[in-house]
Amino acid sequence: MSLIDSISLPRRVRLPRADGLVQWIVPLAIIAIWQLACVTGFVPTRVLPAPSDVALAGWKLLLSGELARNIWVSFWRASIGFLIGGSIGFAFGLANGLSQLSAKLTDTTLQMVRNVPHLALIPLVILWFGIDESAKLFLVALGVFFPIYLNTLHGIRTVDPQLIEMGRIYGMSDGELFRRVIFPGALPSIFVGIRFALGIMWLTLIVAETIAASSGLGYMAMQAREFMLIDVVVLSILIYALLGKLADSASRVLERATLSWHPAFQKR
Amino acid sequence: MQTALRTSLPETELASRANFAPHARVVREERAAQTSGLPLSIRGLRKSFGDNEVLRGIDLHIPAGQFVAIVGKSGCGKSTLLRLIAGLDKIDAGTISFGSDVQPEDIRVMFQEPRLLPWAHVLANVEVGLGRDRSSADAHARAEKALTEVGLADKRDQWPSVLSGGQKQRVALGRALVSRPRVLAFDEPLGALDALTRISMQRLLERVWRDQGFTAILVTHDVSEAVALADRVLVIEEGRIAHDVVVNAARPRERGSAELAGLEGSILSHLLSADDRT
Repeated sequence: MSLIDSISLPRRVRLPRADGLVQWIVPLAIIAIWQLACVTGFVPTRVLPAPSDVALAGWKLLLSGELARNIWVSFWRASIGFLIGGSIGFAFGLANGLSQLSAKLTDTTLQMVRNVPHLALIPLVILWFGIDESAKLFLVALGVFFPIYLNTLHGIRTVDPQLIEMGRIYGMSDGELFRRVIFPGALPSIFVGIRFALGIMWLTLIVAETIAASSGLGYMAMQAREFMLIDVVVLSILIYALLGKLADSASRVLERATLSWHPAFQKR
Repeated sequence: MQTALRTSLPETELASRANFAPHARVVREERAAQTSGLPLSIRGLRKSFGDNEVLRGIDLHIPAGQFVAIVGKSGCGKSTLLRLIAGLDKIDAGTISFGSDVQPEDIRVMFQEPRLLPWAHVLANVEVGLGRDRSSADAHARAEKALTEVGLADKRDQWPSVLSGGQKQRVALGRALVSRPRVLAFDEPLGALDALTRISMQRLLERVWRDQGFTAILVTHDVSEAVALADRVLVIEEGRIAHDVVVNAARPRERGSAELAGLEGSILSHLLSADDRT
């Protein structure tokens, strides 16, 4: 009895607000150790600047307006590319999940294209689009397309056939069947696709901006490398990490809101 | 295809109206005329899946409002017969006719799995059963009424995932009842429930059937369930009706009574002797 009490005690005293903070303990600890290593000279600042120096560089860039402008440019490219690639992927996923004909026509082609690493297209894309905005949007859209396509398709194909039969018995039209049964059933899988796609979105954008751009976070990092501004390079990398976390959190919020019926998302 | 086969047979309808009378006593619906059960006539029904002939000529008449149980070994074709009656599969040969013109809402099926939409609240799941009336103004009220009938009015805003197996099956029953069907086909609806939940569900089925007077067709592998609920038990063997047993016991029936137990025993011995022959 007393043993059971002592086991369940920590769970009982845990506060909901503390739960949100717990996840930040490890990142903050890493920064603290890093700062310590730099201050004591264990890590030379030529190799890795102290977090305080990185923060200072960030502050300077923020004051000059350069940081906000570059973040905005990258954010804009990421979102537009995601929207374009995501909607096309979603549309193909729907079409191929719902229509055998459409799947026969396009799936093989899409699977072949999928196996080409999209970043291998960078030289070709530069030849086509130059280092214009469209080059970055094209690459992001292409990168985002496949995870969303595959997971939408998978989601639709794995909707419980018994539920579809039930919908038909109860006289649902095709549209209604899609709206009430197929789409909600595919949604958890679609969200998996979205979260994969968000990761690929940042990866693609950063590579593209590093290689061919005249603005954006990747460009800022490359410029800083030219001038040996290692603190700005590290700053860019940290911002990527934060933006990635932000995108993931946004998709989680959306997931929680739309999948509240799912046992995995219910509050215990 | 299905509607074409359900030709109207006026003479059977007249006969069945007379048969229906004893059950009509509890009709309390404003749509009383529509809630009464439909008679069912099956002639020379055959169905094969590939080379496997599952139904080899079924001839059967079910008067309106009768509670019929269909028992048999697994693979005997009882579920196939039910699916054909419900219009879920295509008929190879023969006819299934109901006494009058049937609307899709008149025939409902309840399966062994509740088949609830996990992303819809309990009430919305029941509303699905309204068929084409789903978007009508009184859809909410009708669904709530059906939910009250199955005793789950307080669960209306819950997700199906938090309900127990028996509760889910009751929601599925509410969904099947909400359109006031005239024929209700049950495909082992209690097969996955524990013994106690089963008995309370059997009582619920019997009560709603008595209240609403639909024609009930119950496929089950549980002979005691069949004799406890049905007016008539059909034993299917090798795709044909081997025995047609009338259960005359008065309702409400006492479970485990000598009369029912005797009947159960004789049906079981039929089934088992068939087993010995093969």
